Amino acid sequence: MRILVVGGGTGGTIVANNLARRLSAEIRSRRVRITMLSASDKHMYQPGLLYVAFGQMTPDQLYRDQASLLEGAIDFHVDPVEKFQLDQNKVVTKSGKVHEYDILVMATGSRIVPEQIPGLVEGAETFYTEDTAVRLFKRLREIQEGTVAVVVGVPHKCPIAPVELIFGLHDYFKARGIRDKIKIKYHYPIGRIHTIKEVAIWAKPEFDRMGIEYETLFNVSEVDVENKVVRSEEGTETQYDLLIAIPPHRGMEVVEQNNLGEGGWIPTDRFKLTMNGHDNVFVLGDTTNLPVSKTGSAAHFQAEVVAENIASMIKIGTPVRDYDGKVYCFIETGHDSATYAMFNYQNPPDLKPPSKPMHWFKMSYNQMYWTSVRGLL
Amino acid sequence: MSDTKIVDARDTFCPGPLMELITHMKQSSVGDTLELLSTDEGSGADVPEWVNKVGHEILSNEKINGVWHIKIRKAK
Repeated sequence: MRILVVGGGTGGTIVANNLARRLSAEIRSRRVRITMLSASDKHMYQPGLLYVAFGQMTPDQLYRDQASLLEGAIDFHVDPVEKFQLDQNKVVTKSGKVHEYDILVMATGSRIVPEQIPGLVEGAETFYTEDTAVRLFKRLREIQEGTVAVVVGVPHKCPIAPVELIFGLHDYFKARGIRDKIKIKYHYPIGRIHTIKEVAIWAKPEFDRMGIEYETLFNVSEVDVENKVVRSEEGTETQYDLLIAIPPHRGMEVVEQNNLGEGGWIPTDRFKLTMNGHDNVFVLGDTTNLPVSKTGSAAHFQAEVVAENIASMIKIGTPVRDYDGKVYCFIETGHDSATYAMFNYQNPPDLKPPSKPMHWFKMSYNQMYWTSVRGLL
Repeated sequence: MSDTKIVDARDTFCPGPLMELITHMKQSSVGDTLELLSTDEGSGADVPEWVNKVGHEILSNEKINGVWHIKIRKAK
């Protein structure tokens, strides 16, 4: 049985490691082989970028060698897939190598596409890459007064990031002693300040207490860089001194180039996590078209379901459980407190008051991630 | 006239029905029709509010067996 995992991010790495453990006997007896193909030999802890943007982490702290995170039995290659031939159960990589499989796991992730909004690349700072996070921090250090505007593209990964950014900005400028000279204005695409109703209800009085201005039903249409104005599809505009954007995302280009899904998102069964029409192709994390948060947390819980089901298909001939939509998101509510949102398809989150211990737990998790992604936690 | 594209956002709290609809609207062409399925009680009012503010068109909006079926035509 040949299992091919495409993508070495959170979801792909946890699936591969989990499978390598569950199928250790089958791998030793050469009845199962696990191969991973990735575009990079490095693995980034992406949530750390927000800390880089506030000068609390440096980029080198976000990386590990991908090979060091994988079980020894996994055959790992830095050789991204360019062609998916699902009807023939094979892929072709950049180097031209052909990999045949019996089971395929698609975990290619997503990418930012700020260029889809005119002026956003030139006019807005962001923190979704190493370079842009560092640049944003330098801008935050320089600014002395004025309006810091935050806008949110759709869709975007880590839906909690916009409110975490706001809380972080408030605390950062407060610590610099210039909070009274900085107006923070938050813009959000739908009619409340967060897409999760419970988060919106909780965050609104927090925003009011901190003096955060907000405008809802604001979908960015363009940035007028020369005049420092950001405009919305809804017909409003905001003048800014510093513009920070949560950029819109798409699935990876290779998904679109192979016509596997509109927008680069692969049509996926929300319970089985298989690609529609392909029972031997599993999809997880940002790669799916599911109405589920695009977060490492969702990828993690989906990876556990996918690995358990693939292993059970090999051992007893059938998958054993469905994905229930579980997501767990930490919410940093400033530089010294946090809460969390946990929910699934049926149960909304029940937000608890922010606390310092929850922030310490998040800070610990930033290190524990490397255990988690090895499939040990 | 293109086929109606179904946006199935039932039983989702994040990113939620309206955010899902906005995502699919951005991927669609002017003239396309989308039908949003939502179990969020607020969708019956929230979705038309956004659609009307942006300038798209609500074709129908009804609740059937606890599910909102909202048809929208992309107008711009």
